[in-house]
Amino acid sequence: MAFDLFLLEVVISGLMTGVMYSLVALGFVLIFKASGVFNFAQGVLALFAALALYDFLAEDGWFFAVFGFTLPVWLAIPATALIMIFLAWVIERAVLRFLVKQEEIILFMATIGLAFVLEGLGDLLFGSDVKPLDIGIPQGASDLLLDNFNLYVEKLEIVAAATAAVLVTALAIFFQKTRVGRALRAVADDHQAALSVGISLNKIWVIVWSVSGIVALVAGIMWGSKSGVQFSLSLIALKALPVLILGGFTSVPGAIVGGLIIGVGEKLAEVYVGPLVGGAIENWFAYVLALGFLLFRPQGLFGERIIERV
Amino acid sequence: MTTHSRNETLLEVESISLSFGGVHALSDVSFDIRKGEVRSIIGPNGAGKSSMLNVINGFYHPQEGSITYQGKRRAQMKPHEAALGGIARTFQNIALFRGMSTLDNIMTGRNTKMSKGLFWQALHFGPAKREEIENREFVEHVIDFLEIQTIRKTPVGRLPYGLQKRVELGRALAAEPTLLLLDEPMAGMNLEEKEDMSRFILETNEEFGTTIALIEHDMGVVMDISDRVVVLDYGRKIAEGTPEEVRANQNVIDAYLGVSHD
Repeated sequence: MAFDLFLLEVVISGLMTGVMYSLVALGFVLIFKASGVFNFAQGVLALFAALALYDFLAEDGWFFAVFGFTLPVWLAIPATALIMIFLAWVIERAVLRFLVKQEEIILFMATIGLAFVLEGLGDLLFGSDVKPLDIGIPQGASDLLLDNFNLYVEKLEIVAAATAAVLVTALAIFFQKTRVGRALRAVADDHQAALSVGISLNKIWVIVWSVSGIVALVAGIMWGSKSGVQFSLSLIALKALPVLILGGFTSVPGAIVGGLIIGVGEKLAEVYVGPLVGGAIENWFAYVLALGFLLFRPQGLFGERIIERV
Repeated sequence: MTTHSRNETLLEVESISLSFGGVHALSDVSFDIRKGEVRSIIGPNGAGKSSMLNVINGFYHPQEGSITYQGKRRAQMKPHEAALGGIARTFQNIALFRGMSTLDNIMTGRNTKMSKGLFWQALHFGPAKREEIENREFVEHVIDFLEIQTIRKTPVGRLPYGLQKRVELGRALAAEPTLLLLDEPMAGMNLEEKEDMSRFILETNEEFGTTIALIEHDMGVVMDISDRVVVLDYGRKIAEGTPEEVRANQNVIDAYLGVSHD
Protein backbone atom coordinates (compact mmCIF):
# COMPACT_ATOMS: atom_id res chain seq x y z
CA MET A 1 0.00 0.00 0.00
CA ALA A 2 2.77 2.39 0.92
CA PHE A 3 4.22 2.09 -2.54
CA ASP A 4 0.93 2.99 -4.23
CA LEU A 5 0.54 6.01 -2.01
CA PHE A 6 3.95 7.18 -3.02
CA LEU A 7 3.08 6.77 -6.67
CA LEU A 8 -0.11 8.77 -6.12
CA GLU A 9 1.86 11.48 -4.42
CA VAL A 10 4.29 11.69 -7.31
CA VAL A 11 1.44 11.88 -9.79
CA ILE A 12 -0.35 14.59 -7.82
CA SER A 13 2.80 16.63 -7.42
CA GLY A 14 3.34 16.22 -11.17
CA LEU A 15 -0.20 17.35 -11.91
CA MET A 16 0.28 20.42 -9.76
CA THR A 17 3.52 21.40 -11.48
CA GLY A 18 1.73 20.70 -14.74
CA VAL A 19 -0.98 23.21 -13.88
CA MET A 20 1.71 25.84 -13.48
CA TYR A 21 3.11 25.00 -16.92
CA SER A 22 -0.41 25.10 -18.33
CA LEU A 23 -0.95 28.61 -17.02
CA VAL A 24 2.06 29.85 -18.92
CA ALA A 25 1.22 27.82 -22.02
CA LEU A 26 -2.27 29.28 -22.04
CA GLY A 27 -0.93 32.75 -22.70
CA PHE A 28 1.00 31.43 -25.70
CA VAL A 29 -2.05 29.68 -27.11
CA LEU A 30 -4.16 32.83 -26.96
CA ILE A 31 -1.74 34.89 -29.00
CA PHE A 32 -0.99 32.04 -31.36
CA LYS A 33 -4.70 31.52 -32.00
CA ALA A 34 -5.27 35.15 -32.83
CA SER A 35 -2.18 35.94 -34.84
CA GLY A 36 -0.42 32.71 -35.71
CA VAL A 37 2.60 33.99 -33.83
CA PHE A 38 4.61 32.25 -31.16
CA ASN A 39 4.95 35.01 -28.60
CA PHE A 40 8.45 34.68 -27.25
CA ALA A 41 7.73 37.43 -24.73
CA GLN A 42 5.00 35.51 -22.89
CA GLY A 43 7.31 34.40 -20.05
CA VAL A 44 8.58 37.94 -19.66
CA LEU A 45 5.00 39.19 -19.55
CA ALA A 46 4.40 36.89 -16.58
CA LEU A 47 7.57 38.18 -14.93
CA PHE A 48 6.63 41.77 -15.61
CA ALA A 49 3.14 41.26 -14.18
CA ALA A 50 4.56 39.69 -11.04
CA LEU A 51 7.09 42.52 -10.66
CA ALA A 52 4.38 45.15 -11.05
CA LEU A 53 2.14 43.40 -8.55
CA TYR A 54 4.97 43.16 -6.06
CA ASP A 55 5.59 46.86 -6.52
CA PHE A 56 2.05 47.73 -5.52
CA LEU A 57 2.26 45.55 -2.42
CA ALA A 58 5.74 46.16 -1.01
CA GLU A 59 7.14 49.05 0.92
CA ASP A 60 10.35 49.14 -1.08
CA GLY A 61 8.51 49.68 -4.37
CA TRP A 62 7.99 52.74 -6.56
CA PHE A 63 4.36 52.98 -5.68
CA PHE A 64 5.15 53.34 -1.99
CA ALA A 65 7.94 55.79 -2.75
CA VAL A 66 5.58 58.01 -4.74
CA PHE A 67 2.31 57.77 -2.83
CA GLY A 68 3.51 56.82 0.62
CA PHE A 69 1.20 53.82 1.01
CA THR A 70 0.81 50.33 -0.41
CA LEU A 71 -2.27 48.83 -1.99
CA PRO A 72 -4.25 46.00 -0.44
CA VAL A 73 -4.17 42.77 -2.43
CA TRP A 74 -7.73 43.08 -3.72
CA LEU A 75 -6.84 46.42 -5.29
CA ALA A 76 -3.32 45.59 -6.35
CA ILE A 77 -4.41 42.73 -8.61
CA PRO A 78 -6.93 44.76 -10.67
CA ALA A 79 -4.38 47.59 -10.80
CA THR A 80 -1.79 45.22 -12.24
CA ALA A 81 -4.39 43.90 -14.68
CA LEU A 82 -4.89 47.49 -15.85
CA ILE A 83 -1.16 47.86 -16.31
CA MET A 84 -1.11 44.70 -18.43
CA ILE A 85 -3.97 46.05 -20.57
CA PHE A 86 -2.12 49.33 -20.97
CA LEU A 87 1.00 47.37 -21.92
CA ALA A 88 -1.00 45.48 -24.56
CA TRP A 89 -2.19 48.77 -25.97
CA VAL A 90 1.34 50.15 -26.11
CA ILE A 91 2.62 46.99 -27.78
CA GLU A 92 -0.08 47.25 -30.45
CA ARG A 93 0.65 50.94 -31.03
CA ALA A 94 4.42 50.71 -31.03
CA VAL A 95 5.08 47.31 -32.61
CA LEU A 96 2.23 45.25 -34.05
CA ARG A 97 0.52 48.06 -35.94
CA PHE A 98 3.50 48.35 -38.25
CA LEU A 99 3.66 44.64 -38.98
CA VAL A 100 0.20 44.02 -40.46
CA LYS A 101 0.33 41.66 -43.44
CA GLN A 102 3.96 40.78 -42.71
CA GLU A 103 5.24 37.23 -42.56
CA GLU A 104 4.68 35.45 -39.27
CA ILE A 105 8.41 34.99 -38.79
CA ILE A 106 8.79 38.76 -38.70
CA LEU A 107 6.17 39.04 -35.98
CA PHE A 108 7.97 36.28 -34.12
CA MET A 109 11.25 38.18 -34.30
CA ALA A 110 9.44 41.24 -33.03
CA THR A 111 8.29 39.32 -29.95
CA ILE A 112 11.89 38.28 -29.25
CA GLY A 113 12.86 41.94 -29.33
CA LEU A 114 9.91 42.71 -27.11
CA ALA A 115 11.03 40.06 -24.61
CA PHE A 116 14.42 41.72 -24.21
CA VAL A 117 12.96 45.20 -23.96
CA LEU A 118 10.49 44.16 -21.29
CA GLU A 119 13.09 42.22 -19.37
CA GLY A 120 15.42 45.21 -19.42
CA LEU A 121 12.60 47.50 -18.42
CA GLY A 122 11.66 45.22 -15.53
CA ASP A 123 15.26 45.16 -14.34
CA LEU A 124 15.56 48.93 -14.64
CA LEU A 125 12.32 49.69 -12.82
CA PHE A 126 12.22 47.04 -10.16
CA GLY A 127 15.75 45.70 -9.75
CA SER A 128 16.87 42.16 -10.29
CA ASP A 129 16.83 40.73 -6.77
CA VAL A 130 14.46 37.91 -5.85
CA LYS A 131 11.28 39.28 -4.30
CA PRO A 132 8.93 37.30 -2.10
CA LEU A 133 5.36 37.62 -3.33
CA ASP A 134 2.71 37.06 -0.69
CA ILE A 135 -0.89 37.73 -1.65
CA GLY A 136 -2.33 35.64 1.14
CA ILE A 137 -2.47 32.28 -0.59
CA PRO A 138 -2.06 29.78 2.25
CA GLN A 139 1.36 28.15 2.34
CA GLY A 140 2.40 24.68 3.34
CA ALA A 141 0.71 21.34 2.97
CA SER A 142 -3.00 20.80 3.03
CA ASP A 143 -3.77 19.40 6.50
CA LEU A 144 -7.00 17.87 5.30
CA LEU A 145 -5.30 15.61 2.77
CA LEU A 146 -2.33 14.94 5.02
CA ASP A 147 -4.43 13.86 7.99
CA ASN A 148 -7.08 11.86 6.22
CA PHE A 149 -5.24 10.34 3.31
CA ASN A 150 -1.63 10.76 4.34
CA LEU A 151 -1.00 12.70 1.13
CA TYR A 152 1.37 15.65 0.93
CA VAL A 153 -0.08 18.35 -1.35
CA GLU A 154 0.80 22.05 -1.21
CA LYS A 155 -2.14 24.38 -0.61
CA LEU A 156 -0.73 26.80 -3.14
CA GLU A 157 -0.88 24.13 -5.79
CA ILE A 158 -4.52 23.41 -5.05
CA VAL A 159 -5.32 27.10 -5.44
CA ALA A 160 -3.37 27.19 -8.70
CA ALA A 161 -5.27 24.18 -10.04
CA ALA A 162 -8.64 25.70 -9.16
CA THR A 163 -7.68 29.03 -10.72
CA ALA A 164 -6.53 27.33 -13.89
CA ALA A 165 -9.79 25.39 -14.13
CA VAL A 166 -11.87 28.57 -13.89
CA LEU A 167 -9.66 30.41 -16.34
CA VAL A 168 -9.80 27.66 -18.94
CA THR A 169 -13.56 27.25 -18.76
CA ALA A 170 -14.05 30.97 -19.21
CA LEU A 171 -11.62 31.16 -22.12
CA ALA A 172 -13.07 28.14 -23.89
CA ILE A 173 -16.56 29.63 -23.78
CA PHE A 174 -15.24 33.01 -24.85
CA PHE A 175 -13.48 31.56 -27.90
CA GLN A 176 -16.19 29.19 -29.04
CA LYS A 177 -19.39 31.05 -28.34
CA THR A 178 -18.90 34.78 -28.67
CA ARG A 179 -18.48 37.23 -31.50
CA VAL A 180 -15.12 38.52 -30.33
CA GLY A 181 -13.91 34.97 -29.78
CA ARG A 182 -14.87 34.11 -33.33
CA ALA A 183 -13.25 37.28 -34.58
CA LEU A 184 -10.03 36.26 -32.80
CA ARG A 185 -10.01 32.91 -34.52
CA ALA A 186 -10.89 34.58 -37.82
CA VAL A 187 -7.94 36.95 -37.58
CA ALA A 188 -5.66 33.99 -36.93
CA ASP A 189 -6.85 32.25 -40.10
CA ASP A 190 -6.89 35.05 -42.64
CA HIS A 191 -6.19 38.74 -42.12
CA GLN A 192 -7.71 39.92 -45.41
CA ALA A 193 -10.90 37.96 -45.04
CA ALA A 194 -11.21 39.19 -41.46
CA LEU A 195 -10.89 42.77 -42.66
CA SER A 196 -13.52 42.18 -45.32
CA VAL A 197 -16.17 41.26 -42.75
CA GLY A 198 -15.39 44.38 -40.76
CA ILE A 199 -13.13 42.99 -38.06
CA SER A 200 -10.62 45.59 -36.92
CA LEU A 201 -7.19 43.98 -36.61
CA ASN A 202 -5.90 46.65 -34.26
CA LYS A 203 -8.74 46.20 -31.83
CA ILE A 204 -8.45 42.43 -31.90
CA TRP A 205 -4.73 42.57 -31.19
CA VAL A 206 -5.18 44.83 -28.20
CA ILE A 207 -7.85 42.50 -26.86
CA VAL A 208 -5.82 39.35 -27.31
CA TRP A 209 -2.64 40.83 -25.83
CA SER A 210 -4.66 42.15 -22.92
CA VAL A 211 -6.22 38.77 -22.26
CA SER A 212 -2.90 37.00 -22.48
CA GLY A 213 -1.37 39.72 -20.27
CA ILE A 214 -3.96 38.91 -17.65
CA VAL A 215 -3.30 35.21 -18.02
CA ALA A 216 0.38 36.07 -17.60
CA LEU A 217 -0.52 37.91 -14.41
CA VAL A 218 -2.20 34.81 -13.03
CA ALA A 219 0.80 32.70 -13.98
CA GLY A 220 3.12 35.32 -12.48
CA ILE A 221 1.20 35.31 -9.20
CA MET A 222 1.32 31.53 -8.91
CA TRP A 223 4.99 31.17 -9.81
CA GLY A 224 5.91 34.20 -7.76
CA SER A 225 4.12 32.85 -4.70
CA LYS A 226 5.81 29.51 -5.16
CA SER A 227 9.40 30.49 -5.72
CA GLY A 228 9.60 34.26 -5.43
CA VAL A 229 9.54 36.83 -8.22
CA GLN A 230 12.81 36.39 -10.03
CA PHE A 231 14.11 36.76 -13.53
CA SER A 232 14.36 33.03 -14.12
CA LEU A 233 10.58 33.24 -14.37
CA SER A 234 10.97 34.35 -17.96
CA LEU A 235 12.70 31.03 -18.69
CA ILE A 236 9.57 29.11 -17.82
CA ALA A 237 8.53 30.17 -21.27
CA LEU A 238 10.88 27.51 -22.58
CA LYS A 239 9.11 24.82 -20.61
CA ALA A 240 5.86 25.93 -22.20
CA LEU A 241 7.17 25.02 -25.63
CA PRO A 242 6.98 21.23 -25.18
CA VAL A 243 3.61 21.74 -23.51
CA LEU A 244 2.38 23.47 -26.64
CA ILE A 245 3.81 20.84 -28.94
CA LEU A 246 1.95 18.18 -26.97
CA GLY A 247 -1.32 20.03 -26.68
CA GLY A 248 -1.36 21.69 -30.06
CA PHE A 249 -0.58 25.36 -30.51
CA THR A 250 -4.16 26.41 -31.12
CA SER A 251 -6.01 24.57 -28.39
CA VAL A 252 -6.90 25.99 -25.00
CA PRO A 253 -7.78 22.58 -23.53
CA GLY A 254 -4.62 21.29 -25.22
CA ALA A 255 -2.47 23.69 -23.22
CA ILE A 256 -3.99 22.31 -20.03
CA VAL A 257 -3.75 18.63 -20.90
CA GLY A 258 -0.28 19.13 -22.37
CA GLY A 259 0.87 20.87 -19.21
CA LEU A 260 -0.48 18.07 -17.01
CA ILE A 261 1.13 15.35 -19.11
CA ILE A 262 4.49 17.11 -19.05
CA GLY A 263 4.22 17.75 -15.31
CA VAL A 264 3.32 14.17 -14.44
CA GLY A 265 5.63 12.71 -17.07
CA GLU A 266 8.73 14.45 -15.84
CA LYS A 267 8.04 13.66 -12.20
CA LEU A 268 7.42 9.99 -12.94
CA ALA A 269 10.49 9.83 -15.15
CA GLU A 270 12.61 11.47 -12.46
CA VAL A 271 11.48 9.05 -9.78
CA TYR A 272 11.35 5.80 -11.71
CA VAL A 273 13.77 6.20 -14.61
CA GLY A 274 16.06 8.80 -13.09
CA PRO A 275 18.05 6.48 -10.80
CA LEU A 276 18.86 4.24 -13.79
CA VAL A 277 20.61 7.00 -15.71
CA GLY A 278 21.98 9.02 -12.84
CA GLY A 279 19.12 11.44 -12.26
CA ALA A 280 18.28 14.96 -13.39
CA ILE A 281 15.87 13.69 -16.01
CA GLU A 282 13.27 16.24 -15.00
CA ASN A 283 15.06 19.00 -16.83
CA TRP A 284 15.06 17.46 -20.26
CA PHE A 285 12.35 14.81 -20.21
CA ALA A 286 9.72 17.28 -21.48
CA TYR A 287 11.76 17.99 -24.59
CA VAL A 288 12.21 14.31 -25.40
CA LEU A 289 8.47 13.84 -25.10
CA ALA A 290 7.91 16.81 -27.39
CA LEU A 291 10.35 15.39 -29.92
CA GLY A 292 8.39 12.15 -29.97
CA PHE A 293 5.22 14.06 -30.65
CA LEU A 294 6.81 16.04 -33.44
CA LEU A 295 7.72 12.77 -35.12
CA PHE A 296 4.39 11.02 -34.80
CA ARG A 297 1.70 13.64 -34.27
CA PRO A 298 3.02 17.05 -35.23
CA GLN A 299 -0.32 18.82 -34.75
CA GLY A 300 -0.36 17.79 -31.10
CA LEU A 301 -3.22 16.17 -29.22
CA PHE A 302 -5.81 18.83 -29.88
CA GLY A 303 -4.30 20.95 -32.62
CA GLU A 304 -6.05 21.64 -35.87
CA ARG A 305 -4.96 19.17 -38.44
CA ILE A 306 -3.03 20.77 -41.23
CA ILE A 307 -4.52 19.77 -44.55
CA GLU A 308 -2.95 21.22 -47.61
CA ARG A 309 -4.73 20.82 -50.91
CA VAL A 310 -2.36 20.38 -53.79
CA MET B 1 -33.67 43.48 -60.70
CA THR B 2 -35.85 45.80 -58.73
CA THR B 3 -37.23 48.42 -61.05
CA HIS B 4 -38.25 51.23 -58.70
CA SER B 5 -34.78 52.49 -57.91
CA ARG B 6 -33.06 51.55 -61.11
CA ASN B 7 -31.44 54.82 -61.90
CA GLU B 8 -30.15 55.82 -58.50
CA THR B 9 -26.37 55.65 -58.24
CA LEU B 10 -25.06 53.59 -55.33
CA LEU B 11 -21.36 53.87 -56.02
CA GLU B 12 -19.33 55.96 -58.36
CA VAL B 13 -15.61 55.79 -58.96
CA GLU B 14 -14.06 58.76 -60.71
CA SER B 15 -10.68 58.91 -62.44
CA ILE B 16 -9.18 56.21 -60.25
CA SER B 17 -5.45 55.69 -60.74
CA LEU B 18 -3.55 53.11 -58.78
CA SER B 19 0.06 52.07 -59.13
CA PHE B 20 2.47 49.86 -57.27
CA GLY B 21 5.94 51.29 -57.65
CA GLY B 22 6.22 51.82 -61.38
CA VAL B 23 3.43 49.43 -62.34
CA HIS B 24 0.14 51.08 -63.24
CA ALA B 25 -2.64 48.78 -62.18
CA LEU B 26 -5.42 51.26 -62.93
CA SER B 27 -5.28 54.47 -64.96
CA ASP B 28 -8.05 57.01 -64.90
CA VAL B 29 -10.93 54.56 -64.51
CA SER B 30 -14.45 55.91 -63.98
CA PHE B 31 -17.79 54.14 -63.84
CA ASP B 32 -20.82 53.90 -61.62
CA ILE B 33 -22.92 51.17 -60.09
CA ARG B 34 -26.66 51.75 -59.79
CA LYS B 35 -28.85 50.52 -56.99
CA GLY B 36 -30.18 47.05 -57.58
CA GLU B 37 -28.23 46.19 -60.71
CA VAL B 38 -25.78 43.42 -61.52
CA ARG B 39 -22.71 45.23 -62.79
CA SER B 40 -20.00 43.06 -64.32
CA ILE B 41 -16.37 44.01 -64.64
CA ILE B 42 -14.65 42.04 -67.36
CA GLY B 43 -11.33 42.08 -69.14
CA PRO B 44 -8.34 39.89 -69.97
CA ASN B 45 -5.99 38.67 -67.22
CA GLY B 46 -4.09 41.49 -65.55
CA ALA B 47 -6.60 44.09 -66.70
CA GLY B 48 -6.98 45.45 -63.17
CA LYS B 49 -10.39 43.95 -62.31
CA SER B 50 -9.44 42.63 -58.89
CA SER B 51 -7.50 45.81 -58.15
CA MET B 52 -10.71 47.71 -58.82
CA LEU B 53 -12.64 45.62 -56.28
CA ASN B 54 -9.82 46.08 -53.79
CA VAL B 55 -10.08 49.82 -54.25
CA ILE B 56 -13.82 49.71 -53.68
CA ASN B 57 -13.61 47.81 -50.41
CA GLY B 58 -10.55 49.67 -49.18
CA PHE B 59 -7.76 47.11 -49.45
CA TYR B 60 -5.95 49.29 -51.97
CA HIS B 61 -5.67 53.03 -51.74
CA PRO B 62 -5.59 54.74 -55.13
CA GLN B 63 -3.15 57.61 -55.66
CA GLU B 64 -5.70 59.61 -57.64
CA GLY B 65 -9.44 59.82 -58.05
CA SER B 66 -12.39 59.57 -55.73
CA ILE B 67 -15.00 57.09 -54.62
CA THR B 68 -18.56 58.16 -53.90
CA TYR B 69 -20.51 55.56 -51.97
CA GLN B 70 -24.05 56.23 -50.79
CA GLY B 71 -23.64 59.91 -51.49
CA LYS B 72 -20.43 60.30 -49.52
CA ARG B 73 -17.33 61.17 -51.50
CA ARG B 74 -13.85 60.19 -50.35
CA ALA B 75 -10.38 59.69 -51.77
CA GLN B 76 -10.16 56.15 -50.45
CA MET B 77 -12.18 53.57 -48.54
CA LYS B 78 -11.01 51.77 -45.44
CA PRO B 79 -11.86 48.06 -45.15
CA HIS B 80 -13.55 48.48 -41.80
CA GLU B 81 -15.55 51.46 -43.05
CA ALA B 82 -16.56 49.59 -46.20
CA ALA B 83 -17.80 46.62 -44.17
CA LEU B 84 -19.79 48.84 -41.82
CA GLY B 85 -21.21 50.67 -44.85
CA GLY B 86 -22.66 47.45 -46.19
CA ILE B 87 -20.02 46.34 -48.69
CA ALA B 88 -19.32 42.62 -48.51
CA ARG B 89 -17.14 40.57 -50.79
CA THR B 90 -15.73 37.24 -51.83
CA PHE B 91 -12.21 36.61 -53.04
CA GLN B 92 -10.69 35.24 -56.21
CA ASN B 93 -8.58 32.83 -54.18
CA ILE B 94 -10.99 31.69 -51.51
CA ALA B 95 -10.26 33.43 -48.23
CA LEU B 96 -12.17 31.47 -45.62
CA PHE B 97 -11.29 30.79 -42.00
CA ARG B 98 -10.11 27.27 -42.69
CA GLY B 99 -10.02 25.94 -39.16
CA MET B 100 -13.57 27.04 -38.40
CA SER B 101 -16.84 25.30 -39.25
CA THR B 102 -19.15 26.47 -42.03
CA LEU B 103 -21.52 27.83 -39.41
CA ASP B 104 -18.79 29.81 -37.62
CA ASN B 105 -17.45 31.14 -40.90
CA ILE B 106 -20.84 32.47 -41.86
CA MET B 107 -21.36 33.82 -38.33
CA THR B 108 -18.28 36.02 -38.77
CA GLY B 109 -20.23 37.68 -41.56
CA ARG B 110 -22.62 38.97 -38.89
CA ASN B 111 -19.75 40.79 -37.21
CA THR B 112 -20.94 44.24 -38.19
CA LYS B 113 -24.50 43.45 -37.07
CA MET B 114 -23.51 42.52 -33.55
CA SER B 115 -22.67 45.21 -31.09
CA LYS B 116 -22.89 43.93 -27.54
CA GLY B 117 -19.82 44.81 -25.56
CA LEU B 118 -16.90 42.68 -24.58
CA PHE B 119 -18.05 42.68 -20.98
CA TRP B 120 -21.29 40.81 -21.68
CA GLN B 121 -19.56 38.54 -24.13
CA ALA B 122 -16.94 37.60 -21.59
CA LEU B 123 -19.75 36.57 -19.27
CA HIS B 124 -21.60 34.88 -22.14
CA PHE B 125 -24.79 35.97 -20.51
CA GLY B 126 -27.68 38.38 -20.87
CA PRO B 127 -27.83 40.66 -23.92
CA ALA B 128 -24.79 39.14 -25.63
CA LYS B 129 -26.30 35.68 -25.50
CA ARG B 130 -29.63 36.92 -26.88
CA GLU B 131 -27.83 38.72 -29.66
CA GLU B 132 -25.88 35.57 -30.47
CA ILE B 133 -29.08 33.56 -30.76
CA GLU B 134 -30.83 36.12 -32.98
CA ASN B 135 -27.91 36.28 -35.37
CA ARG B 136 -27.56 32.54 -35.40
CA GLU B 137 -31.14 32.41 -36.65
CA PHE B 138 -30.33 34.69 -39.55
CA VAL B 139 -27.30 32.60 -40.42
CA GLU B 140 -29.48 29.48 -40.52
CA HIS B 141 -31.60 31.22 -43.17
CA VAL B 142 -28.50 31.89 -45.23
CA ILE B 143 -27.47 28.26 -44.87
CA ASP B 144 -30.91 27.11 -46.04
CA PHE B 145 -30.83 29.56 -48.94
CA LEU B 146 -27.49 28.23 -50.16
CA GLU B 147 -28.50 24.60 -49.55
CA ILE B 148 -25.49 23.78 -47.39
CA GLN B 149 -27.27 22.38 -44.32
CA THR B 150 -25.32 19.14 -44.47
CA ILE B 151 -21.93 20.80 -44.00
CA ARG B 152 -22.86 23.17 -41.17
CA LYS B 153 -20.40 21.68 -38.70
CA THR B 154 -17.62 20.73 -41.11
CA PRO B 155 -14.35 22.67 -40.90
CA VAL B 156 -14.26 24.47 -44.22
CA GLY B 157 -10.66 23.45 -44.91
CA ARG B 158 -12.01 19.96 -45.61
CA LEU B 159 -14.69 21.00 -48.08
CA PRO B 160 -14.33 20.65 -51.84
CA TYR B 161 -13.58 23.80 -53.77
CA GLY B 162 -17.08 24.44 -55.10
CA LEU B 163 -18.62 24.26 -51.64
CA GLN B 164 -15.94 26.54 -50.20
CA LYS B 165 -16.93 29.15 -52.76
CA ARG B 166 -20.50 28.76 -51.64
CA VAL B 167 -19.60 29.16 -47.96
CA GLU B 168 -17.68 32.29 -48.85
CA LEU B 169 -20.77 33.67 -50.57
CA GLY B 170 -22.73 32.75 -47.44
CA ARG B 171 -20.37 34.73 -45.24
CA ALA B 172 -20.82 37.76 -47.49
CA LEU B 173 -24.62 37.36 -47.54
CA ALA B 174 -24.77 37.07 -43.77
CA ALA B 175 -23.76 40.71 -43.59
CA GLU B 176 -26.98 41.63 -45.46
CA PRO B 177 -24.84 43.70 -47.82
CA THR B 178 -26.02 46.71 -49.76
CA LEU B 179 -23.26 46.12 -52.29
CA LEU B 180 -21.87 42.66 -52.88
CA LEU B 181 -18.50 42.32 -54.62
CA LEU B 182 -17.90 38.93 -56.20
CA ASP B 183 -14.41 38.19 -57.52
CA GLU B 184 -14.69 35.29 -59.97
CA PRO B 185 -17.29 33.34 -58.01
CA MET B 186 -17.40 30.64 -60.67
CA ALA B 187 -13.74 30.18 -61.45
CA GLY B 188 -12.76 26.53 -61.55
CA MET B 189 -16.31 25.23 -61.26
CA ASN B 190 -18.01 22.63 -63.41
CA LEU B 191 -21.16 23.44 -65.35
CA GLU B 192 -23.56 22.28 -62.67
CA GLU B 193 -21.81 24.26 -59.95
CA LYS B 194 -21.80 27.32 -62.19
CA GLU B 195 -25.53 27.03 -62.75
CA ASP B 196 -26.12 26.76 -59.00
CA MET B 197 -23.93 29.77 -58.33
CA SER B 198 -25.62 31.84 -61.06
CA ARG B 199 -28.96 30.98 -59.54
CA PHE B 200 -27.83 32.08 -56.05
CA ILE B 201 -26.45 35.34 -57.42
CA LEU B 202 -29.63 36.14 -59.36
CA GLU B 203 -31.88 35.21 -56.44
CA THR B 204 -29.84 37.37 -54.11
CA ASN B 205 -30.19 40.25 -56.52
CA GLU B 206 -33.89 39.77 -57.16
CA GLU B 207 -35.19 38.80 -53.75
CA PHE B 208 -33.11 41.01 -51.50
CA GLY B 209 -32.44 43.79 -53.99
CA THR B 210 -28.73 43.48 -53.33
CA THR B 211 -26.56 45.40 -55.77
CA ILE B 212 -23.84 43.19 -57.21
CA ALA B 213 -20.48 43.94 -58.77
CA LEU B 214 -19.20 40.84 -60.46
CA ILE B 215 -15.87 39.86 -61.95
CA GLU B 216 -16.21 36.80 -64.13
CA HIS B 217 -14.38 35.19 -67.01
CA ASP B 218 -17.20 33.00 -68.26
CA MET B 219 -18.73 35.24 -70.94
CA GLY B 220 -21.88 33.15 -71.17
CA VAL B 221 -22.59 33.79 -67.51
CA VAL B 222 -21.69 37.47 -67.74
CA MET B 223 -23.96 38.07 -70.73
CA ASP B 224 -26.81 36.18 -69.05
CA ILE B 225 -26.95 37.77 -65.65
CA SER B 226 -25.50 41.29 -66.02
CA ASP B 227 -27.49 44.47 -66.43
CA ARG B 228 -24.46 46.46 -67.47
CA VAL B 229 -20.84 45.62 -68.15
CA VAL B 230 -17.64 47.62 -67.88
CA VAL B 231 -14.55 46.37 -69.73
CA LEU B 232 -11.00 46.98 -68.51
CA ASP B 233 -7.79 46.31 -70.40
CA TYR B 234 -4.28 47.15 -69.14
CA GLY B 235 -5.80 49.16 -66.32
CA ARG B 236 -7.93 51.36 -68.56
CA LYS B 237 -11.63 51.35 -69.26
CA ILE B 238 -12.11 50.47 -72.91
CA ALA B 239 -15.86 50.01 -73.10
CA GLU B 240 -19.06 50.01 -71.11
CA GLY B 241 -22.74 49.36 -71.67
CA THR B 242 -25.32 46.62 -71.85
CA PRO B 243 -24.07 43.11 -72.59
CA GLU B 244 -25.20 43.49 -76.22
CA GLU B 245 -23.40 46.78 -76.70
CA VAL B 246 -20.21 45.47 -75.18
CA ARG B 247 -20.29 42.33 -77.23
CA ALA B 248 -20.43 44.37 -80.41
CA ASN B 249 -17.72 46.83 -79.38
CA GLN B 250 -14.62 46.68 -81.60
CA ASN B 251 -12.21 47.65 -78.75
CA VAL B 252 -13.47 44.74 -76.70
CA ILE B 253 -13.11 42.28 -79.52
CA ASP B 254 -9.56 43.50 -80.10
CA ALA B 255 -8.65 43.23 -76.44
CA TYR B 256 -9.88 39.67 -76.20
CA LEU B 257 -8.70 38.36 -79.52
CA GLY B 258 -5.58 40.49 -79.86
CA VAL B 259 -4.90 42.91 -82.63
CA SER B 260 -1.78 43.60 -84.62
CA HIS B 261 -0.34 47.03 -84.05
CA ASP B 262 1.44 47.67 -87.34
